[in-house]
Amino acid sequence: MQIKILRSETNTYQEYRLPAGEIPLLSALVYIKEAQDATLTFSAGCRASVCGTCAVRVNGREELACSYKVKPGDVIEPLQYHSVLRDLKVDKDKAKGTLKKATTWLQKFQEAPLTPEDEKRTEKQTDCILCNACYSACPVFAVNPDFLGPFALTRAYRYSKDKREGNAKTIIDNIQSNGVWDCTLCGECTAVCPKGIDPKMDITMLRGTSLQHGHQDPSFASQNFGGPDFGGGGFGFDPNAGF
Amino acid sequence: MIDVLVIGSGGAGLSAALAAKEAGASVLVIGKMYPTNSQTSMAQGGMNAALGNVDEDHISLHIQDTIKSAHGLCDEDMVRQMCGDAPKTIEWLESIGVPFSRLDNSKEGIATISQRQMGGASAKRACYAQDYTGLKILHTLYDTCLKEGIDFMDEHYLLNLIVPEDTVKGATFLDIRTGEVKQIDAKSIVMATGGYGSIYHGFTTNMYGATGDGIATVLRAGGAVSDMEFIQFHPTALKHSCILVSESARGEGGYLVNEAGERFIDELKPRDEVARAIFAQMKEAQRVFLDVRHLGEEKLMELLPQEVELCKLHEHVDPASELIPIKPVAHYSMGGIDVDYALEVNGIKGCFAAGECSNAKVHGANRLGGNSLLEITAFGRFAGENAYKHSIYASSKPADDAQLQKDQKEIEAIFSKESSVNFYSSREALGNLFYEKVGIVRENGQLNEALQEVIAMQVSQQQMGISDKNKTNNQNLIEFLEFKNALLLAPTIISAAIARDESRGAHYKVGFEEENEDFKKHFVLQWKD
Repeated sequence: MQIKILRSETNTYQEYRLPAGEIPLLSALVYIKEAQDATLTFSAGCRASVCGTCAVRVNGREELACSYKVKPGDVIEPLQYHSVLRDLKVDKDKAKGTLKKATTWLQKFQEAPLTPEDEKRTEKQTDCILCNACYSACPVFAVNPDFLGPFALTRAYRYSKDKREGNAKTIIDNIQSNGVWDCTLCGECTAVCPKGIDPKMDITMLRGTSLQHGHQDPSFASQNFGGPDFGGGGFGFDPNAGF
Repeated sequence: MIDVLVIGSGGAGLSAALAAKEAGASVLVIGKMYPTNSQTSMAQGGMNAALGNVDEDHISLHIQDTIKSAHGLCDEDMVRQMCGDAPKTIEWLESIGVPFSRLDNSKEGIATISQRQMGGASAKRACYAQDYTGLKILHTLYDTCLKEGIDFMDEHYLLNLIVPEDTVKGATFLDIRTGEVKQIDAKSIVMATGGYGSIYHGFTTNMYGATGDGIATVLRAGGAVSDMEFIQFHPTALKHSCILVSESARGEGGYLVNEAGERFIDELKPRDEVARAIFAQMKEAQRVFLDVRHLGEEKLMELLPQEVELCKLHEHVDPASELIPIKPVAHYSMGGIDVDYALEVNGIKGCFAAGECSNAKVHGANRLGGNSLLEITAFGRFAGENAYKHSIYASSKPADDAQLQKDQKEIEAIFSKESSVNFYSSREALGNLFYEKVGIVRENGQLNEALQEVIAMQVSQQQMGISDKNKTNNQNLIEFLEFKNALLLAPTIISAAIARDESRGAHYKVGFEEENEDFKKHFVLQWKD
């Protein structure tokens, strides 16, 4: 079977031939590098969908190379909205910088009784492996490179909902600018997350918490619509349309 | 000049960085990948601490179990320290927000953390976060590092330590992105570079790149390594992909069965015994399976969601209704950089080591499940604190650039050399060789053959090189350097295994099936000029 991979040096799609049979894309990439073309460059780690290293785009959709099974004719490209270092390897520094901007950590520890229900409340969010698939799928980055983006906001949600957090307001305050209101709620992040996390829902919840903390949707404020709304932030998107 | 340079950005490195920073040091963490990409993310089952939240438990029992599992090769003072530190380490992880699984017991704080039983443990002692324990600890550590403003340099590959007069003064690195060789001066260094399980390439649960780079570097710099022959084989890796199925699957009540559906071992015995029992079945041409069907779909999804997904993806089986085909593969390297009571490397002053790369003599001949996450956090912090203490009195006069120049020349030489032997084939051959001849059951004849083959490989290494000549982002070069390190460590493992004419823990030798008092000692290796 043949697959095509976007090579950064020439900016063209190079065809590679693979033996028939069902294999993970990562195994195919390793096979190409070892046996055919040592210059093909990509990132890889655990092979088990948990280190977040190997996310790429396959036929325009974000996938972990270690868990995607190759099909004939697949087109493999690097993640979007990240600068390409070489071939499928991208620079993830900027996206990781959004964690710092969003101050996604426990601000102030307080002792709290925690139950299995409390654990469940953010169990999914803490499954995040920082693979950056959601950033690559997020159309907001095309118009606003400073957007905090899905994984930073999901992580902000995680800590803000933790009963041990004694200062959730600081997190909420720090995700107002280029944050919760800039999301269009298109749900692309949710669609591609390999761990089944729903950043769109997390962002919706964070909007509600933001209102409780006295923040408001800046676009609605400027249009003087008054009251709170969970809608699409003035982008004209139907918040319930999803994906 | 940086006070504490932490090399390696997994759980041990991040714990060390946080402790050093807390103590007042300037800290830089440098790693070959991004921090959250590390092997720590793959630790699933749990982290031991005798909290007694579920069963009655005591630190003394945790110490006893660890010593028993170590088969007499641990340092009991170090074990006492690690196990004794466990509850306060859990308390620290709780204080930074690690999302542990919880009990419904109307208590507060760490008394609500759920605990499960792991092999070799006399109580339900492992704190966990579903089967993502390592991932969730690692990411919370990383978030806390960002909070504390710790500096990171990612994608820098360690080349060599700079050690004039037996004291570390810094290290050289290859900036993977630019191809530039750099020197970083530091008063103290913490090595937290992980284990060497990937020598068993193709037969390991470890990630690509767990090639023992830090251990090889310490050896080159005159430091000591020890207990290199002790490699733990995890009993349950998926048969075709070698992906780990957590021990918690057995801890939660999973059975091991052969083709005939018979159970053949108590699943909660230590990993070495279980791995050998499975290997014996395989020798009789029996396929071996993990059976968790009786746990039911709901419980499986609650306790082992990751396992269920990986089984479906890589083996096409649904654990709720089908058997999981498994085999034992290399999982954890007990040996490594030989350190003293302060975790300072024997032979290199000012250099400390923590985590899987170090041999703090707490695991001995066989590591107890749930003790690796404990070691990286408890001893990671201890190493960070001690590195800071050393830095207070260390000279701030930087080393000259002799090592830097030497390493620049070596990298240039690799680029200019023609390669006639594909090192990727040799890497695979080394993995096969190790699984076959330096594996679960060893035999002196085979070990000697393996040593000869490794020496032949070292000779043919002269003909190996890289075919990618691009200076920037050259993964071909990194993998070649990693393979060279693996090949440097390979004879240390084999020769120690040859020397150990007995069976102890993970090291089992045909013809010498019993423990022998004469060998109740560590094999320490060091190069001296």
